[in-house]
Amino acid sequence: MISRREFLQASVAASALYGISGYGNWGKLAAQQALTQDDLLKFDTFGNLSIVHITDIHAHMKPIWFREPEWNVGVGDVKGKPPHVVGKDFIEMFNLKPGSPEAYALTYEDFVSLGKAYGRMGGMDRVATVVKAIKADRPDAILLDGGDTWHGSMTSYLTKGQDVVNVMNALGVDAMTSHWEWTFGTDRVMEIVEGLPFPFLGQNIFDSEWDEPAEFPDYTWFERGGAKVAVIGQAFPYMPIANPGWMFPEFSFGIRDERMQEMVDEVRAQGADLVVVLSHNGFDVDRQMAGRVSGIDVILTGHTHDALPEPVIVGETLLIASGSHGKFVTRLDLDVRDGRMMGFRSKLIPIFSDVITPDPEMASLIDAERAPFKDQLEEVIGHTDSLLYRRGNFNGTWDDLICDAIMTERDTEIAMSPGVRWGASLMPGDAITREDIHSVTTMTYGQCYRTEMTGEFLKVVLEDVADNLFNPDPYFQQGGDMVRMGGLGYKIDISKPIGERISNMTLLSTGDAIDPARTYTVGGWASVNEGTEGPMIWDVVEAHIRKIERVSLTPNTSVEVTGL
Amino acid sequence: MITRRETMAMGLGVATITLLPISANAAADEAIAAYTGGAAVSEGGVTITAPEIAENGNTVPISVEAPGAAEIAIYADGNPTPGVAVFKFGPAAGSHRASTRIRLGGTQDVVAVAKMPDGSFQQAAVEVKVTIGGCGG
Repeated sequence: MISRREFLQASVAASALYGISGYGNWGKLAAQQALTQDDLLKFDTFGNLSIVHITDIHAHMKPIWFREPEWNVGVGDVKGKPPHVVGKDFIEMFNLKPGSPEAYALTYEDFVSLGKAYGRMGGMDRVATVVKAIKADRPDAILLDGGDTWHGSMTSYLTKGQDVVNVMNALGVDAMTSHWEWTFGTDRVMEIVEGLPFPFLGQNIFDSEWDEPAEFPDYTWFERGGAKVAVIGQAFPYMPIANPGWMFPEFSFGIRDERMQEMVDEVRAQGADLVVVLSHNGFDVDRQMAGRVSGIDVILTGHTHDALPEPVIVGETLLIASGSHGKFVTRLDLDVRDGRMMGFRSKLIPIFSDVITPDPEMASLIDAERAPFKDQLEEVIGHTDSLLYRRGNFNGTWDDLICDAIMTERDTEIAMSPGVRWGASLMPGDAITREDIHSVTTMTYGQCYRTEMTGEFLKVVLEDVADNLFNPDPYFQQGGDMVRMGGLGYKIDISKPIGERISNMTLLSTGDAIDPARTYTVGGWASVNEGTEGPMIWDVVEAHIRKIERVSLTPNTSVEVTGL
Repeated sequence: MITRRETMAMGLGVATITLLPISANAAADEAIAAYTGGAAVSEGGVTITAPEIAENGNTVPISVEAPGAAEIAIYADGNPTPGVAVFKFGPAAGSHRASTRIRLGGTQDVVAVAKMPDGSFQQAAVEVKVTIGGCGG
């Protein structure tokens, strides 16, 4: 008799084979100028139920450029394991063809030249087409949204997330969890949640006063293909640390894996045949949680923006990573019988915007949401001769531009820009619109402060953020990347413990070593402290771009990384 | 010109916070030795539930549990005054579990020492990180 474990492994092999043939064909088809929507959607329906996963769209409704990371270093046990594999190594690991559409979608290699061939990605109108096609095949497919949905664009900022809520409701989401949603503040979150036609899940959202589970549902149920499916929500664990806790003081978060185990046991006791966790933990936290909490069949991961063409398997738990910014959608078909997941077939569907036909209803809804702000959004502020991107462990070119803007507009020696993973790329030659600037800066606490810090404190900041990224225990990682510095260079040995990673801090304008006792003028944004004052960061960046007119950046060599 | 307000509201937190792990200090060792009377303390038998990263170092929720214990003492080994609390359980206690909130001056170990009815001691420790905060994805 075949054991469950063997069955899963057999299915993995089948899935890998399917993935290879599908992906391989696209490369060939694109070369023949014949990449079609049918190729992208091709899927041999499997088992008795389907799950569709989308996450971290960050309010990006229209197709965008999005360069995947060149740096995504894994530490400790996850060194060299997906998603900590980039570029050529990624292409090799997943047996992709260099220069193919999938290599373009999933890696940074030759991004500019391949972008010309394959075009922008994403767009919720294209996503709607994909979801409708999946539902035409499997009408009761469950659509799950992993959060970081309402925040991230100029329109979402101006409408307090309403444009995205309208679009996601039209898309037919069945449940969601949360992170940046909370930066609209408790009142606005509660107002939106009240009107949602689906549950806003989070087993780890607690009342901060009594340290008891808050009013949000822990899980929700679906009956599909004769199986009872429980979907448990896991919100971002480090909300009040990574984002301003004063905006949602009523709530406490945390990983709370003991309670996750209780929830899994509870739904199993109630007859769940399949247990899915819709998570915003971040991939490495989910991988660790999958090893500690037993009985989870599938974790739909989010937060760290990783896109993986195949599931990662921990024990008997599948981990699905569906990317960000609407660039991908995962379809996961499952065979669930006799209270067990017997097998699966999955596909990470890349949303090539020039190949997938926009859904007309969704396209008109998005345009209607944009209409009141169209002139503001699309005003051209300047142009770029350089590729502008952010994603990666250390400074991207967008970050360098933002830091330059802070140092010149706020007249500081040093600038700091947060290592968030959201924000679209721009290609060399592109116009920079106001909306493009918002894509990499927008938030409800975007004040650009000017202050003074000692050299000693600057080191403390760098060490602290580095430990949030490179601590070998994933439960101490908050996600996000290294804080981006302008005007300051440093060396980092990621293999060292906190307090010993950062050295050779240098003030770039003079070449002098940073003096621990001296005070430096520092500008930055995205402070989690209440009452931060200053102009909004997007206005600072806009003023800078207007003055320089064309952006042309030299490669940033101010961070030296060792201990890899 | 920098106003005082702006200086206070600077980006990443308060400069006085201790960010580097505070290693076990002599005061904590002394306090624990005083509690146990210098008796040997075995590892295990005590469960501490604490956040991996404190949301607010000034008020960190901590739960301790030690089945069958007569007492459980809690120490924050990096605080200037490490002793936090001693919970005593009567013979009829239905469970041996207590929860409180403690202030942590920085990243450090929280130690719980259980005194068993036979006079033996057992302990557990967890690290709680206090951070100025990173930036989410």
